[in-house]
Amino acid sequence: MTGSQIEIQIIAVAVAVACALPGVFLILRRIAMLSDAISHAVLFGIVIAFFVVEDLASPFLIIAATATGLLTVALVQILDRTKLVKEDSAIGLVFPALFSIAVILVSRYAGNVHLDTDSVLLGELAFAPFDRFEIAGTDIGPRALWLIGGILILNITVIVLFFKELKLVSFDPALASALGISPVVVHYLLMTQVSITAVGAFDAVGSILVVALMIAPPATAYLLTDDLRRMIVLSGLFGVMSALSGYWIAHWMDVSIAGCIASMSGFWFAVAFTLAPRRGLLAAAIRRRKQKKEFSVYMLLIHLFSHEGLPEAELECRMDHLTDHLAWSPNMAEKAVEEAVDRGLVVRDNQHLRLTKKGVDQARAAMVDWAPGGYVAS
Amino acid sequence: MSLMQIVTSLFTDYTLRTVALGAGILGIVSGALGAFAVLRRQALLGDAISHTALPGIALAFLITGSRAAFGLMVGAAIAGWLGTLAVMAIINKSRIKQDSALGMVLAVLFGFGLVLMSFIQRLPEAGKAGLDKFLFGQASTMMTEDVVTMAVAGALALIVMALFWKEFKLLSFDQDFGASMGFPMRVIDILLITLLVVAIVIGLQSVGVVLMSAMVVAPAAAARQWTDRLGVMVVLAAIFGALSGVCGAVISSLSDRIPTGPAIVLCISTIVLLSMLFAPNRGLLYNRLRAARRRRDLSVEALLIDMLELARQHKDSGHPHSADTLRTMSYRPEGIDHSLQELRHHGWADLTADGLWFLTGKGQTRAMELLQNLGNKA
Repeated sequence: MTGSQIEIQIIAVAVAVACALPGVFLILRRIAMLSDAISHAVLFGIVIAFFVVEDLASPFLIIAATATGLLTVALVQILDRTKLVKEDSAIGLVFPALFSIAVILVSRYAGNVHLDTDSVLLGELAFAPFDRFEIAGTDIGPRALWLIGGILILNITVIVLFFKELKLVSFDPALASALGISPVVVHYLLMTQVSITAVGAFDAVGSILVVALMIAPPATAYLLTDDLRRMIVLSGLFGVMSALSGYWIAHWMDVSIAGCIASMSGFWFAVAFTLAPRRGLLAAAIRRRKQKKEFSVYMLLIHLFSHEGLPEAELECRMDHLTDHLAWSPNMAEKAVEEAVDRGLVVRDNQHLRLTKKGVDQARAAMVDWAPGGYVAS
Repeated sequence: MSLMQIVTSLFTDYTLRTVALGAGILGIVSGALGAFAVLRRQALLGDAISHTALPGIALAFLITGSRAAFGLMVGAAIAGWLGTLAVMAIINKSRIKQDSALGMVLAVLFGFGLVLMSFIQRLPEAGKAGLDKFLFGQASTMMTEDVVTMAVAGALALIVMALFWKEFKLLSFDQDFGASMGFPMRVIDILLITLLVVAIVIGLQSVGVVLMSAMVVAPAAAARQWTDRLGVMVVLAAIFGALSGVCGAVISSLSDRIPTGPAIVLCISTIVLLSMLFAPNRGLLYNRLRAARRRRDLSVEALLIDMLELARQHKDSGHPHSADTLRTMSYRPEGIDHSLQELRHHGWADLTADGLWFLTGKGQTRAMELLQNLGNKA
């Protein structure tokens, strides 16, 4: 690995973690789409500020762009308040308008400075190491690393300091205001974080990666845990995994790094979506199968119990009758009986079925559990 | 170029005519179908569909090796449709909410699209350039056959919309009622989304994947301000969409440094802004003016009654009083002079020679009418 490869990976990891942290609260508060709006709208601030200061490296750019992010959120809120449009439409109206102005300004007036429409969306992580940060002539690393590193530290600090407030506002805003924590202030604190992160990451990785990294890693973590602290840590972890796996795939295939990182963040989500221990598709399918088996055994017990010792028992308590009476397929009947025999609940005598003592007890218990008011047929 | 010249060249200039036609068609279709999306609070679904179309376009190019609009549109449509299904699956099968699912699918698949685009850019074949036009749209690359494809696809979508009008209306306003009437609401839902996918795909070449969502949301949001009827809203949205499409295409054609997509989006954003300000009954400015007029009318009426009450303290119901006396009685003292002038204008009150105000006979009758109305209401 060359020095610049290592630098790129460090930047990618820093971006990923910096995005994942505020992302956790975005998805918990169901406002994830605001990250899409903000990350597009900040371009407007960057462009306007660029025309004023004419220097892409100016810190003024970052301030102006962050302010635009907040402006977007405020505009969405104002539009929503007028009741003329719903909130989702408001988001869909505000950011395309701001983004369009920015794109026109960029392609019309700034075509020859390196602020072009492609890098706006994609960013070019591969070039990040070439833009060095120098103090008094000494090279102290890529500029992007310092910027995004600073934002990462800021995000960690905010979450550590205001953990209680963020948590409370995310889960119970009414209680938060009753306790004197203003949900509005906390909302704008979070939005400031999102905006400044979007601005910092924008430069290096483009707006789309920002959205992917703010939503996918926290969503992945959300499938794995119910604990907020654990979710934050896991989000960061998935961010790191996306950044590193994405970087190497992009490296091997010689394609867009930002695109690969975004794709990998989706890949890890897909993995968790299918394989998560309790909430994954697979776990759910296994659980359903188990429940189905359990239920069919009990059905069998109750069926036998309610006919045993009666005149029709000879007809009812037979293997082949299960397919008629319970509408089971022969295969399913076979499985249910097998399971019940294994558990020592039923004795099978060729076609005839009979409950054991244990089977009778379980059937009785099951009917007490399930029957309304505990009614048991004798 | 003068306005006249632009209008003439719309009919004579081949490129401009093609471009304007294409943009007009996209505006009609996305406007009409966007109306349903906005009413169903699915405004941001359009954003997800248009972004996920990108990998579809890239894959279609890789498979067919051609840039013909039809193949790319089919690829885009399939990808957009699959993206929507992915969003639905995530929402239905996990605890991830709609906003996160939309944002994640959008960003991840767009990222994947960028990966494919960067891969295509390295291919040696000629004709690879041009796919990046799909990011922000470049209507000037449109050919007559592209426009024909768009027109046919768009017409089909609109015909299906007309055929299933009642079903889509049910879906938008009362899904549960529809289900209880025995309509297969899930199928209708998927059909409507499929039409939305078609509408979005039609616009990709002119507007681009990044901003196409605005063409779904904005015409409908503007149309919503002018009417409460679905039919009128759909027609208006189609008109607004077409208007902004043609205007944007013309503006963009005036300079090769203005991308078409942002130009169209700014046109439709202007229409939205004007609608939100001036539309009767809902417009913000309209309502403010109406409220001001009501306030004025009310204070005029209140003054009329005050004057009658005051004069009744004397024997003569035309007894004059000074403006200052009336002012002390008024609930809105600052408006008293204006209200008096208004009364005089109607011939309800007049000035005596020494500058005191009295009710005319007509004014007394009017005041009595008002009192009677108030009495009836109470």
